[in-house]
Amino acid sequence: MDLSFVIAVEVLYAVASLVLISAGLAVVFGMMKVINLAHGEFMMLGGYTTITAVGLGVNVFIAMLVIAPLVVGLIGLIVERLVIRHLYGRLVDTMLATWGLSLVFIGLATMIFGNTTTGISTPIPGFAVGDYQISGYNFFIIVVAVVLVIAMLAVLRGTRAGLIARGTMQRADMAAALGYSPDRIYMATFFCGSALSGLAGAVLAPLVGLVPTSGGAYIAKAFITVIAGGPSLIAGLLSSATSFGVVNQVFTFAISPVIGEVALLVAAVILLRLMPQGITGRFFKGKL
Amino acid sequence: MSLNRRDFLGRTAALTTTAMLPTAVFADGTIKLGSILDASGPFDAYGKPMDQAMRMAVSEINEAGGLLGRQVEVTAYDTQSDMALYSQYGQQLTRQDKVDVVHGGILSASREAIRQTMRKTKTLYFYNVLYEGGVCDRNIFINGVTPAQQVEALVPFAMKNSGKKVYILAADYNYGQITARWIQKFVADNGGEVVGTDFFPLDVSDFGSTIAKVQTAAPDLVIAPLVGGAHLSFFRQWAAAGMKDKIALASTTLGVGNEHKVLTPEEGNGIMCAYNYSQELDTPENAQFKEKWAAMFDGDQSMHEIAVSHYHGIKTWAEGVRKAGSLDRMAIIEALETGISIMGPGGKVTVDPKTHHAVLDVHLMEMQDQQMKVIETLPQRQPVDTQAVCDLSANPNDNTQYEIEI
Amino acid sequence: MERSLGKDITATLIVSALLIWLLPMMVATYTLTVLVIYGMLGLSLGLIWGFGGILCFGQAAFFGLGAYTYAIAAINFGESTVPMLLAVLVPLIFAAVLGALMFYGRLTDVYLGVITLVVTLILFKFVNSTAGPQYVIGNARLGGYNGIPGFQTLNVPGNPDAYIWGDPYFYFCAVTLVIVFLLVTWLLRSSFGRVAIGIRENETRMALMGYDVAARKTVLFAIGAAIAGLAGALFANWGEIVTPGLFSLGQSAEIIIWCIVGGLGTRLGPILGAAGLAYLKFMLGQQSLIDNTLITGLILVLFVLFLPKGLVPAVAAPWKASFGRARRRPHARQRRKARHG
Repeated sequence: MDLSFVIAVEVLYAVASLVLISAGLAVVFGMMKVINLAHGEFMMLGGYTTITAVGLGVNVFIAMLVIAPLVVGLIGLIVERLVIRHLYGRLVDTMLATWGLSLVFIGLATMIFGNTTTGISTPIPGFAVGDYQISGYNFFIIVVAVVLVIAMLAVLRGTRAGLIARGTMQRADMAAALGYSPDRIYMATFFCGSALSGLAGAVLAPLVGLVPTSGGAYIAKAFITVIAGGPSLIAGLLSSATSFGVVNQVFTFAISPVIGEVALLVAAVILLRLMPQGITGRFFKGKL
Repeated sequence: MSLNRRDFLGRTAALTTTAMLPTAVFADGTIKLGSILDASGPFDAYGKPMDQAMRMAVSEINEAGGLLGRQVEVTAYDTQSDMALYSQYGQQLTRQDKVDVVHGGILSASREAIRQTMRKTKTLYFYNVLYEGGVCDRNIFINGVTPAQQVEALVPFAMKNSGKKVYILAADYNYGQITARWIQKFVADNGGEVVGTDFFPLDVSDFGSTIAKVQTAAPDLVIAPLVGGAHLSFFRQWAAAGMKDKIALASTTLGVGNEHKVLTPEEGNGIMCAYNYSQELDTPENAQFKEKWAAMFDGDQSMHEIAVSHYHGIKTWAEGVRKAGSLDRMAIIEALETGISIMGPGGKVTVDPKTHHAVLDVHLMEMQDQQMKVIETLPQRQPVDTQAVCDLSANPNDNTQYEIEI
Repeated sequence: MERSLGKDITATLIVSALLIWLLPMMVATYTLTVLVIYGMLGLSLGLIWGFGGILCFGQAAFFGLGAYTYAIAAINFGESTVPMLLAVLVPLIFAAVLGALMFYGRLTDVYLGVITLVVTLILFKFVNSTAGPQYVIGNARLGGYNGIPGFQTLNVPGNPDAYIWGDPYFYFCAVTLVIVFLLVTWLLRSSFGRVAIGIRENETRMALMGYDVAARKTVLFAIGAAIAGLAGALFANWGEIVTPGLFSLGQSAEIIIWCIVGGLGTRLGPILGAAGLAYLKFMLGQQSLIDNTLITGLILVLFVLFLPKGLVPAVAAPWKASFGRARRRPHARQRRKARHG
């Protein structure tokens, strides 16, 4: 009983962390059809921002939940103005340009922070469930992911900005004809997407040793999750994160963490072969 | 000591050269020491202090007048924690720079990447790092502790402090794989039971599910030969899950890169380990060493187990050159095979002629408030694991790494 | 409209003979050899991406597969001729199977990218976790993270003790590259090559004209993989060690950058891009003022923004009588589609 609870928490945690690391990429891809391959580096920057802020004496939660998203969002804004906006509609070119940007960020981080592993300690203590100990931080990540998804739903469904965003997502030209500048909407979207990446990087920072090349570990997973999710933003994100998270954890527990990772990847290949347009290309059509 | 022909020729040659050449010329004739270390990347916690130790040893040698009247010059390459760069720089050191000796390599993977190049090009090679044992090759000298020196002492010590059920979490490459088998052997020898063994690639940093899995096996003790910056997060996550007080933890690698200073006291306290060196060793050699280090590197105190091994290795090589009186590779090897000893910050280190490994002190330690407290000292342990399989005086052409069979 | 095949071959032979003679006077052959090998790797992606419109994120997978096949076979055979052939065949067959899976499943652009990327990752994770003694093929331990060192390097066929290394190895690699280049030239001039370019320009049109698009893409993909595999085997011989890093995403990324910088839709562009950027990286590696990765990244961003066609088409516009005639970027069609997506 205790064991099944522990395993359930681990599975939930795996799903939540997939949602977190993919959210920024999903927003940018879903709204703008831009694949931001610098996404992993935005997360890495979020992590470094947190560690630097904590080093300067800021409360760790404020650093993670406020400062990191803001800083990375601003970096994203600059990147969008300088590079991305010249490439809208050129899917492959944006991928390559953002790939280049990711290398630039790795280089910059190496020059500023050094090519060495840094990290901070987990701010939440663990607790016991029966005979088992679980990390309290896993719960925190699950909570952050749930709040994030609800917030995204609320913004897209319930606010005027969300309505405009959804409209632009479906027909950018019609939104423009109604007087909403797609340029500004894209700018705002990219800011939000980058901020989400920064948030994810910051929240995951206490769990990993951070090096400038850390982003590489996330981008492939995020990329796979978003593409396998398909055209619907939130439904796609949730459905693919759930499938992959469960597959990953089941194999991790049954065999080993490496096999868990490989199982995730194999599942992605099979899934895309069967549903070339992603999960929401076949199910949950027309959902958000 | 008997003087053989090669020694004699070598010495007279050196003497005549020094006598005949004008000073200006022989100042140019430096001895080239090749260094190949990960001074950046995930393994820089190991590599940076090793690089410092190397520079300190070389400057001490040069201040004392050099070797054979010649100064030692360093050619150093930073391999950036990338194994592919080792073979590339190894080729450059031997074929292009034509150095007289190579000191370096940190991970066992890096040693195996360059060991054959060194042998092929007849370049003397020193690997000065704690490792899994078993390398039998007359061209290489190794002075790091091996499982028979370390694991054999650590396992009963840790089991006595905890219990008989052991879980192993090891890095997934030759070091971790072979060390895990040694741990299994010594646990069985001490009447214990290994309830699980897991291997982790060096880039894994999320151990959440592993920690849950370990709990289902309910061991008394976890032994963790984990390596590098990413694996350090295991110890953080272990403490964050509140496991520290429930299951005892021992490691064959933690602390080697001064990880106990990176972890907070709450995360590190009580972890058991066994090494040749601790900064807390209370000997005059160590006090002097730490003082010199601080003077040379602006008060820095980042020396650790393998930096000290590296320092020992370079001092041993220098002693071998002095004794051989020549830079000829075979002359130095034969001089070292007479069983040369040096005194260093880690105590007395003696070359074992049959295996080219080292006889040295090993200390059982426990981490306490970011220090490695010495609990017990086991003096002058022999590398019996390698001695059991390797005899270079009987088979000088041996070129294998023997692995333990279970 | 095009020069004859004969003229093309003569020009190639003269220019390459000159280069092979002159370059070793300027750059050490040890470095030159790896530039030539990277050139071949660049060409392999340049062929399938520039002329077939297949953007493969996992060209490194075939490179690594070639290198590992060579290393494993060389340990088992103790002679290099058969391993060289296997190093071409194994990636070829692997790519044919993978290609058939993707192209008959009608996967395109991004989805194709994801699959190739994922397959590379799987190979990387698998090879990286094979350090245990149970992973053995014949006499060869896969070695996981350690890689495989100490295998038989290239020898004169039939004489395992006559190693080809140093300067002769450079000439061997350079001549191999010239041969591969000529084969690619011939392939592109054949009807197969013309149809491939047709598919790149408009897949539906070619399908409606009765060509089996999936089969042709699969074959082209496999040929590209075979060239990459050959480059991998040559690389294994050069480095005398193979490591899982060969399969890494970083390696795949670099190949794509070479093609972009050199110029897509040309045969020469990817080769020059690869050799040039690899040499630049080598030079930058000597200094520590500015980070290496930073410069590579900047180059990529600047090229995509300001010179998206790459160097060769931009510089050699009048010379463009050759095949690619890259008047349009291969992805013009996708671009329009993506905008209205």
